Amino acid sequence: MLLIRCPYCEMERPELEFRYGGEAHVVRAAEPETIGDEAWGQFLYLRSNPKGLHAERWRHTNGCGRFFNCLRDTVTDRIFVTYKAGEPRPELAS
Amino acid sequence: MRTGNGGRVDRSRRINFSFDGRAYQGCAGDTLASALLANGVHLVGRSFKYHRPRGFVAAGSEEPNALVDIDRGNGRSAPNLRATQVELYEGLVAKSQNRWPSLAFDLQALNDLAPAGLFGAGFYYKTFMSPRGAWHRLYEPFIRRVAGLGHAPKLPDPDHYSQRYAHCDVLVVGAGATGLAAALAAGETGAAVILADEQAEMGGGLLDERTASIDGLSAANWVGATLARLAAMPNVTLLPRTQAFGYYAQNFLGLAEKLTEHLAAPDKSQPRERLWKVRARQVLLATGAIERPLVFPDNDRPGVMLASAARTFANRYGVRPGERAVVFVADDTGYGAALDLHAAGTEIAVIADLRTAPSGPGFEAASGTGLRIMPATVVTGVSGNLRVSGVTLGSLAADGTVRGGEKIVCDLVLMAGGWTPAVHLFSQSRGKLAYDSERQIYLPGTYAQAAQSAGACNGTFELAQAIAEGHAAGAVAVGTPGTRSFAVTGAIAPAGGFHGAVPHDRNPEQVKAFVDFQNDVTAKDIKLAVREGMHSIEHIKRYTTTGMATDQGKTSNMNGLAIASAALDKPIPDIGLTTFRPPFTPVTFGTLAGHSRGALLDPVRQTPMHGWAAANGAKFEDVGQWKRAWYFPKPGEDMHAAVNRECRAARSAAGLFDATTLGKIEIVGPDAAEFMERLYTNPWHKLGIGRCRYGLMLNEAGFVMDDGVIGRLAADSFHVTTTTGGATRVLAHMEDYLQTEFPELKVWLTSTTEQWAVIAIQGPKAREIIAPLVEGIDLAAETMPHMSVREGSICGVPTRLFRVSFTGELGFEINVPADHGRAVWEAVHEAGVPHGLTPYGTETMHVLRAEKGYIIVGQETDGTVTPSDLGLDWAIGKAKKDFVGKRSLKRPDLVKTDRKHLVGLLTADPKVVLEEGAQITVEASPATGTPALGHVTSSYWSETLGRSIAMALVAGGKGRMGATLHVPMPDGGIAVTVTEPVFFDKEGGRINA
Ligand SMILES: [Zn+2]
Repeated sequence: MLLIRCPYCEMERPELEFRYGGEAHVVRAAEPETIGDEAWGQFLYLRSNPKGLHAERWRHTNGCGRFFNCLRDTVTDRIFVTYKAGEPRPELAS
Repeated sequence: MRTGNGGRVDRSRRINFSFDGRAYQGCAGDTLASALLANGVHLVGRSFKYHRPRGFVAAGSEEPNALVDIDRGNGRSAPNLRATQVELYEGLVAKSQNRWPSLAFDLQALNDLAPAGLFGAGFYYKTFMSPRGAWHRLYEPFIRRVAGLGHAPKLPDPDHYSQRYAHCDVLVVGAGATGLAAALAAGETGAAVILADEQAEMGGGLLDERTASIDGLSAANWVGATLARLAAMPNVTLLPRTQAFGYYAQNFLGLAEKLTEHLAAPDKSQPRERLWKVRARQVLLATGAIERPLVFPDNDRPGVMLASAARTFANRYGVRPGERAVVFVADDTGYGAALDLHAAGTEIAVIADLRTAPSGPGFEAASGTGLRIMPATVVTGVSGNLRVSGVTLGSLAADGTVRGGEKIVCDLVLMAGGWTPAVHLFSQSRGKLAYDSERQIYLPGTYAQAAQSAGACNGTFELAQAIAEGHAAGAVAVGTPGTRSFAVTGAIAPAGGFHGAVPHDRNPEQVKAFVDFQNDVTAKDIKLAVREGMHSIEHIKRYTTTGMATDQGKTSNMNGLAIASAALDKPIPDIGLTTFRPPFTPVTFGTLAGHSRGALLDPVRQTPMHGWAAANGAKFEDVGQWKRAWYFPKPGEDMHAAVNRECRAARSAAGLFDATTLGKIEIVGPDAAEFMERLYTNPWHKLGIGRCRYGLMLNEAGFVMDDGVIGRLAADSFHVTTTTGGATRVLAHMEDYLQTEFPELKVWLTSTTEQWAVIAIQGPKAREIIAPLVEGIDLAAETMPHMSVREGSICGVPTRLFRVSFTGELGFEINVPADHGRAVWEAVHEAGVPHGLTPYGTETMHVLRAEKGYIIVGQETDGTVTPSDLGLDWAIGKAKKDFVGKRSLKRPDLVKTDRKHLVGLLTADPKVVLEEGAQITVEASPATGTPALGHVTSSYWSETLGRSIAMALVAGGKGRMGATLHVPMPDGGIAVTVTEPVFFDKEGGRINA
């Protein structure tokens, strides 16, 4: 079970309190009607699914209820950073 | 076979037990394995495929053969327990597994003589492939019978199991020399330390030492003194009989502690096992190493065991596992075992050393004792079936060839193939292993988590070094680095070792040299797998089944790799390593389930009216976690009769229905209407205050996700209802869009599902019945039409009164604060009885709504259905610029005309009620493989119409009105006519009454 830091509650809480929300930074177009079929299909269904660092959404469902984003390594499950919804994906110091 | 003295058993306390129905005696402190060996019993199992007789290979958790079933009666039984880990108690009843009719005479041992290849590598994929259909009829039952392991208990488990969380600074896994030193170093600083060990007694390999001393104390005394110091530290928790079975992310480990397994008469109030969920700042792995068997022909005969196991039996349990032993060594520790057995009174016939020029302290000591040592010598065969009776030796030439040699009579053969570090938990932690090509072992390399390894699991085999390394690691773990040295004498360290198949001079087609005892995999099988194209170890593993099942390759892993490496002519690290998966040893389901069984498995949700329904004879059905009244049978009525009566009452007078489980969300704020506009397909800005609308919710892909009636209470306030099952999902979906896509909207969402009790009254007399109870609301049809909502009071209780209908009748849904639900329900019921008001359940609700063609999301839909497929185009706000799912409705696949559409079906014979889920085809008896046009989604007997009705999703259904299709069933196709999915009161006169 992961320990996840909620950037709103500002504390680490057990994974049981959270719900996974898929890849982060998948932006819904402001005017979907202007998007072509191909691009819209990609928006709906295609995700990067990387082996390694992944920006993903989580929701503190059984806590503050807020959505936030998280950089996690999909191989080791290590969580590098969590950040509030709307903030840009942080650059990790290598 | 019990030695005169020594060891850790109490010879004065005799323990009675039985094995396969025969009575034996052991001593206090024995395991089932040591007690059986003390009675001269080696034959304890039959192998998985070939049913070859098998004995003990090991003395601990790596034992692959001696799996037994322990039965305490009354459902207290457990299969597949390793006899080497079962502590003896008075009255223990153990049975062997996988034999028929008996261990000594097993008819299926004929498998051993089966034509070569029948059970060879890939036999699952080859032998049982044809003829078609034979798998279920013939092969599977056969395999289950011949290749089964234990049997699952048939009675419910009467015991209870406990679980707990624990947090610590340092978790030390393994309480051998290294782990004890580590726990000591960490514990002395006051840090919170948990020390877990799988064995009943802590001390690990030190308990097997005869001659070793540490800091002037005998090994056993050093263990005792160290444990006493640890036990005196309040910050240290000692967990014996506790297997660390799983290592998960962020230093989260699962530990299974056995609490009562070793007791003759466990206290029933005590849990049987406890699951520890440990979060550790630092993990210190001191899991030791596992000795490798040597792979030579017939190395599986009972009486062939690991040298270290024989040593454990002799030194720790005071048991001589044989009278005359041949010791086959490739590693120095074999000499230590030979010396210890010699001291215990076992005659050492010969020590055959695979190496050309053995040397070192073990060799010196054995020579000095006068034991016969043959260098460059291998075992090429074993005689004896149920027990070893002798071996054939061969001499190994420099070019690897073997020349036949001497036959030696013996009843015990020891294998000392070298040591494999137990890196299972490290590997589970996602650490990267590094290959030590010098010693041909995998060692912990790059760590993925805050952990250290020390001692033999880290490749540090020498005792003094291992203790010092453990101590240093313990100090590092608590942030106070420091070193300490330990003075060790009399211990023989591992040196040497061999991997792969031992050369021999026999016909390779005619011998079986086992690599994996538990899965019956031989060296030949692995070579065959390579020849048949399996070049990755993951493929070889699956093709041969080596390293699978409960064993997880503990003794077989490295030999298997080495044989594959030789066959592929590639270095070991190039062919990869299979993944180590939890659990390290099997964990019972009881432990994992803990208290989450029976009534405690899942919460039960009941409505405020539940007690009334129960008192009035309702049958309930489970809808998610909810208990919903299903129907209310009167004495003598079956479900069909009750539902027919309830339907008649609702259509002719009125019915009373508990709709509390509907999800309810209060949507409030200046942008509430705009938010609704974006989340539902319908237009909301112009919905009048006090009016309701049927709302349809799509996911972004354009598929129907939920629906419900929504009332506007004020310009900035909506009362949303959702399906019973969709309540949580819908709120999460709304929150998702509100927080992440439309954060600029000023809207607040509140779940009010449990705040309101909802009493639905439906039927022509509904208004008449509630009118006397309602205050402050004009119920007249002109002032309160269908699809409206008013606030007032009923029976003196505040209410949101909806005029809505899911039945097609004049109807109301009375929302009152949940605490008042039952009182209002009873008052309405009492007022309605003279009018014929009849309570009804979910089954009648389903029939009434189906008569009107109202869909149920999740029944008429399955996540691939669009509004248009359901004929709900009218619910889409065409003028709206955007809503969730709108863009997707124009995707090419979603506008195809041959999509599955919702239609009605009427059977030619009105008495025939179709089966829900049944497939629909053009032909009555279509050819096998004909794709179905769709399926029946809802089907009922309609008492109102005096015939059956059904709804279905049918490809191109809108274009098939009036057509005859068929529902093929085992006894013939049922002819149906395609219709509109509305069967009753199409004009809607009743609903607007
Ligand atoms: Zn939070």
